[in-house]
Amino acid sequence: MYRRSFLKGLLWFISARIFSRNGVTRAIASTNPDTTATTHANGKSIIKGYDPTRHRYAMGIDVDKCIGCNRCVEACTVENDVPPEPFFTRTWVERYVIKKDKSVHVENISNGSDGPKERLEEADILRSFFVPKLCNQCENPPCVQVCPVGATFSTEDGVVLIDSERCIGCGYCIQACPYGARYLHPKTRTADKCTFCYHRIVKGMLPACVEVCPTGARVFGDLKNRASRLVRFERMNKIHVLKPHLNTHPKVYYADLDGEVR
Amino acid sequence: MSPESFHTLYKLLGSVSGFIYPNELEIRWSILIVVYPYVTGLVAGAFILASLVKVFNVKDVQPVYRLSLLTALAFLLVAPLPLQAHLGRPERAYEIFLTPNLSSAMAMFGFVYAWYLMGVLLLEMWFEYRRDLVVWSREEKFPMSWIYWILSLFSRDVSERAVKFDMKAVRTITIIGIPSAFLLHGYVGFIFGSVKANPWWSSVLMPIVFLMSAIVSGIALVIVLYMVLIPLKGGKIDMKCLDTLTSYLFYAVIVDFSLEALDFIHRLYESEESIQILGVLIADKLMISLVVIQILLGMLIPAGILVAVKSMKFDPELRKLLYFVSAILIQIGIFSTRWNVVIGGQLFSKSFRGLTTYKMEMMGVEGLLVALVFLILPFIILGVLVKIFPPWKASELGEAKTS
Ligand code: SF4
Ligand code: SF4
Repeated sequence: MYRRSFLKGLLWFISARIFSRNGVTRAIASTNPDTTATTHANGKSIIKGYDPTRHRYAMGIDVDKCIGCNRCVEACTVENDVPPEPFFTRTWVERYVIKKDKSVHVENISNGSDGPKERLEEADILRSFFVPKLCNQCENPPCVQVCPVGATFSTEDGVVLIDSERCIGCGYCIQACPYGARYLHPKTRTADKCTFCYHRIVKGMLPACVEVCPTGARVFGDLKNRASRLVRFERMNKIHVLKPHLNTHPKVYYADLDGEVR
Repeated sequence: MSPESFHTLYKLLGSVSGFIYPNELEIRWSILIVVYPYVTGLVAGAFILASLVKVFNVKDVQPVYRLSLLTALAFLLVAPLPLQAHLGRPERAYEIFLTPNLSSAMAMFGFVYAWYLMGVLLLEMWFEYRRDLVVWSREEKFPMSWIYWILSLFSRDVSERAVKFDMKAVRTITIIGIPSAFLLHGYVGFIFGSVKANPWWSSVLMPIVFLMSAIVSGIALVIVLYMVLIPLKGGKIDMKCLDTLTSYLFYAVIVDFSLEALDFIHRLYESEESIQILGVLIADKLMISLVVIQILLGMLIPAGILVAVKSMKFDPELRKLLYFVSAILIQIGIFSTRWNVVIGGQLFSKSFRGLTTYKMEMMGVEGLLVALVFLILPFIILGVLVKIFPPWKASELGEAKTS
């Protein structure tokens, strides 16, 4: 008798854990650093009436509009409790300079985590532009595939999230992401990356970076909503994604992306 | 994370060459993850060597059969420790058993490990030692007599029939054990080989290369242990056994070398997008550890020594010395192989435009000191195991012939 109830309890425990995998509650609880406790307690009230199956979020980036002001990076750092150190970040801006001799100079202008800078003569420059980078919220995400405990998961509305309550900090996802979008958060010792500000978008708000961008270089929207700005962005531009040969199906779409960008 | 590691990272900022993604500065998989495949490789290699005796009935290497089993066990017990210590949240490691993600290669670790430990190694050892345990439990004094009796799971039967059954069981388990050992280490190779984002790792050959190098390192380790332990126990080294072991070692090195050369040539010939940065990686960062230690010291020189010993008639003492030296060199070479895979694969940016640097910690959890502990610990465990389960009978130690 005792054994039976023990087994039953065990089964309950395991299945409860498995079923809790893709709930929106878990999604929100796992993305908002400061409201984790409250959303856990009354998760339902915060996401009242929200139906994830009716959304599919994505982002557009208009490379020509980016002026490299870094306000998106600053907004993200504040919004998401990103560590101040320059070697952990959820989003960053790269500057590309292609010289007349076809050599390519890339520099991260947000956190300064690459090597000493070289001064470039204006007369030598062929073209130059900025490229904002972030997690691509891949449709076929290698990070989700490799996570041994299922802490990294895809939501029904198309965002890849990390359950920081379950992540064991093995770092496999960091190795598997082809875009360098992930880092191990030094405080929580769990993996971290861009969430499209999931805690904001489920309430109908824009991601922090999109909201502050002064030129509209970042366009956010819902692919399931015909009237969304993003759908229009996709209609009006030639679109490219990063590293398409890896078959990750990114959902960050770049307009007028240069072939040198990787 | 400690302020010191931040300090190290800030210093590393200055030594980045070219462009890397910001999150790539920190080498996430440190020296501990180098130790992990190295140790599992030794397990698989030692076990496969032991299997040779049983499955293919190679009488010459019988003297190292039990030693190989004990070696495999000692290293297997330590294998999960570096992994565990390296986790950001080690206290949550049990999640791997509760909610394993079936699409993750790493999630299988717990199951493969548990299967190999209980389903194969311990079982085989039990059948192999059962008769002796019963005998020892009668001969030894308290408390050892009791310990042996408990370890024999209270069996008393040493009749010919029972012992025959034991031997049959050992053989059967070995036959299951070989693919299991392949699985154990091939799968470690798969963890790396299946990362498509990383061109240095991503290769279908990776599991096979891991496996071959595991066999190489396992045989080399058993050779060293045999040559050290037998004199310590007052026995004589069986030269026939040693000659056969080193022949196997030589063949394994050749196969391993060919596979790695194939991988190299294939990459060079296909010359994909990543080839340039990988070239810079080798030239700038891995010259010593790859070209000098892994290839030259760890493969070519010992292989050359072995060829020389096999083709010329050296006297036993010189032969022993040369065997010993090559086995040690090979061991260092294989450790370097693991280093080059694990650390090398994180030194270049996935933008293929730059390199970062790895600065090993000394004292921290992921530092050199802890790594050394994990490398020395198996030898201590082995020492205890050899004491409790003597791999050689007194008669075997005495009568070994020097040919
Ligand atoms: S960009 Fe990287 S972290 Fe983001 S979903 Fe794709 S693989 Fe995962
Ligand atoms: S670090 Fe966390 S999220 Fe990433 S693979 Fe490991 S357990 Fe999963």
